[in-house]
Amino acid sequence: MLDQSYYDKTDEIIGRYGKKPSSLIPIMQDIQGEYRYLPGELLSYVAKKIGVKEAKAYSVATFYENFSFEAKGKYIIKVCDGTACHVRKSTPILEALFKELGLNKKKHTTDDMMFTVETVSCLGACGLAPTVMVNEEVHPAMTPEKAIELIHELRGDAQ
Amino acid sequence: MMIESKEDLLKTREEAKKEMASYDCRILVCSGTGCIATGSQKIYEKFLEIAKDHPEVCVTFESHDEKEHVGVKKTGCQGICELGPLVRIQKGEQTLQYIKVQEEDCAEIFERSVTGDDVVERLLYKQNNKIYKSPDEIPFIAKQTRIVLENCGKFDAESIDEYMASGGFSALEKALFEMTPDQVIEEVDQSGLRGRGGGGFPAGRKWKQVARQAETVRYVVCNGDEGDPGAFMDGSVMEGDPYKLIEGMMIAGYAVKSQEGYIYVRAEYPMSVARLRHAIKEMEERHLLGDRILGTDFSFHLHINRGAGAFVCGEGSALTASIEGNRGMPRVKPPRTVEKGLWEKPTVLNNVETFANVPKIILNGAEWYRGIGTAGSPGTKTFSLTGSIENTGLIEVPMGTTLREIIFDIGGGLKGGGTFKAVQIGGPSGGCLTEEHLDVPLDFDSVKRFGAIVGSGGLVVMDEHTCMVEVARFFMSFTQRESCGKCVPCREGTKRMLEILEKIVAGQGELEDLDRLQELAEMVKSMALCGLGKSAPLPVLSTLRTFRDEYEEHIIDKKCRAKVCSSLRRFIINPEFCKGCGKCAKNCPVGAITGVRKQCYHIDNTLCIKCEACKENCAFGAIYIEA
Repeated sequence: MLDQSYYDKTDEIIGRYGKKPSSLIPIMQDIQGEYRYLPGELLSYVAKKIGVKEAKAYSVATFYENFSFEAKGKYIIKVCDGTACHVRKSTPILEALFKELGLNKKKHTTDDMMFTVETVSCLGACGLAPTVMVNEEVHPAMTPEKAIELIHELRGDAQ
Repeated sequence: MMIESKEDLLKTREEAKKEMASYDCRILVCSGTGCIATGSQKIYEKFLEIAKDHPEVCVTFESHDEKEHVGVKKTGCQGICELGPLVRIQKGEQTLQYIKVQEEDCAEIFERSVTGDDVVERLLYKQNNKIYKSPDEIPFIAKQTRIVLENCGKFDAESIDEYMASGGFSALEKALFEMTPDQVIEEVDQSGLRGRGGGGFPAGRKWKQVARQAETVRYVVCNGDEGDPGAFMDGSVMEGDPYKLIEGMMIAGYAVKSQEGYIYVRAEYPMSVARLRHAIKEMEERHLLGDRILGTDFSFHLHINRGAGAFVCGEGSALTASIEGNRGMPRVKPPRTVEKGLWEKPTVLNNVETFANVPKIILNGAEWYRGIGTAGSPGTKTFSLTGSIENTGLIEVPMGTTLREIIFDIGGGLKGGGTFKAVQIGGPSGGCLTEEHLDVPLDFDSVKRFGAIVGSGGLVVMDEHTCMVEVARFFMSFTQRESCGKCVPCREGTKRMLEILEKIVAGQGELEDLDRLQELAEMVKSMALCGLGKSAPLPVLSTLRTFRDEYEEHIIDKKCRAKVCSSLRRFIINPEFCKGCGKCAKNCPVGAITGVRKQCYHIDNTLCIKCEACKENCAFGAIYIEA
């Protein structure tokens, strides 16, 4: 069971967009923005409140890549693998991050819930490829070494 | 102040112009996504701080006649993203462009160029031993024609007053007070403006079709779901000049008698969302958006929808489905979006760059617009120039400019003097253009003839270190992942094509695979439901046509000439340099290296996992990779 505060927050978010079916995606986005994932209980709650079937809400949530039913780490690291970054060698950066954090293609989040590593198709900063985005901050001209350094920095910051 | 009439607008614009002219100096800090990534926000704050420490100057809006008036502004993309953070110092007619500005440089710039009249030479742009002071002289910028990006880098992207000072909303004013909706549509139609999202469908014709529908509730939707990897033009417009985009949409709203607009912005562009929200809020506060705009009968409300990470939503019917709160899946057409779009109502759906072209067309007329570009594709096109090129960044050139001009004159040639191999145009829906296409004028029709598309305008330059088979695999893995799964040809076809491509780059391909690939590609191209599926095979078809020899090398010789495909790389020890120390054998995690001390060691490439541990650890540089 989620704490009552989750439902209060959700009510506030629903209030921003109104109780109508077309509000589903923005509401889910804001919930995910708040908790870094989409708790299943809240999705059911939202569906009922705005008048869409629970199945429909799930079908929409699972369609879009941005929604996650699993909790994500404090730092969500998105390694850009757009064309420009790919051509300028983004794969070794991803591999270095996986190795440093003990993650792989199936396991995206560290056990201490500190880091989630994902790839993204383009961050729109192609001029500075390869890039990595940590939460909403873009880091330019990355190398595997700089990526490791960044992890150390974030760890220091997190302690 | 509230702007309730034409007179109010004229008055506010005059005031904004006066305010603008009152600056003795403006410090323009690039705040595009690229420069913010290199730390331009810190530079902005540093300049504000320094300016405040100088009691002899006034900062931003606290204008006083007796003191020098200095503005510190955040602008949209100044273009040369790779050399950021970028800062311009504008004094009267003269502008200085500084590159790679660091926090510790700010005081010096302020001292010499803001309060003084000198330059900081080490921070100026240099090319071929020539130093460039003004941004307009830098070859990268000088050779461009900027219409859509006109204001980017020159004005504060978060100030409606600066937009007005640059003549903003004059086109809206002209449309509302001097033209009928039909005349507006006629002007856009006559201009020959074609949709910049990739398809190149004439915008005027689209507007006409919406205008003639019987249904009176209509929508204007802007596609800002720029999903092509390697493209960031629309993002730069949304964050660099949001007002211009909105003005374009409002003119479309007036023309087709729509009262409601939506901008669908990609999830990965938080800055675009923030700037657009800010712009909409400012315009609502001034009553430039809302009911009875400028005292006329025209009402227009604007909303922003954020994407949620689905490339397919760049397709029109998927995008409108997403706004409605559904899964973003394309539907069968007809009926087309112009008849039944958003909420089943007639909808004008254009992309960011298309709308951003509209204000200038209304202001300067169709004839002016037709004077730029080619007969079939008038106007300019923005491209994001990336990959193995000296000057990466955002450019805008007239349609019909050749690839050679773009890559060599503007882009400064290949990075590190590499050899040009190909340019990928149009992203995962496009194709490759090669050496033989360098002098072809680029426009919608000519590029199509070579099996590629202009697309939204991503140009990724590739040199001899790029493996074309790997590139085809890369794009296919992208479209396969992004396929929505609704129609079988795309869902299954992209999966099977990807499997074949993966097999080939792993060195396990057979020659028959190429025929299968070709057949599958032709099938998906002709049978898929939407544009995403139909164009997904284009990178395969285009590389198969142009670089078949590379495919064959991978299959027959098990060789990747670009040394990219790791499974095909062979590690060899050069007996001339090997001292027989055995370090490589010790470092090899799979025991693939054997030998006797003080004699040349040997790598068994059938066991080797290509981890490069041996190569990295060899003190004598004796290990090399054979492609």
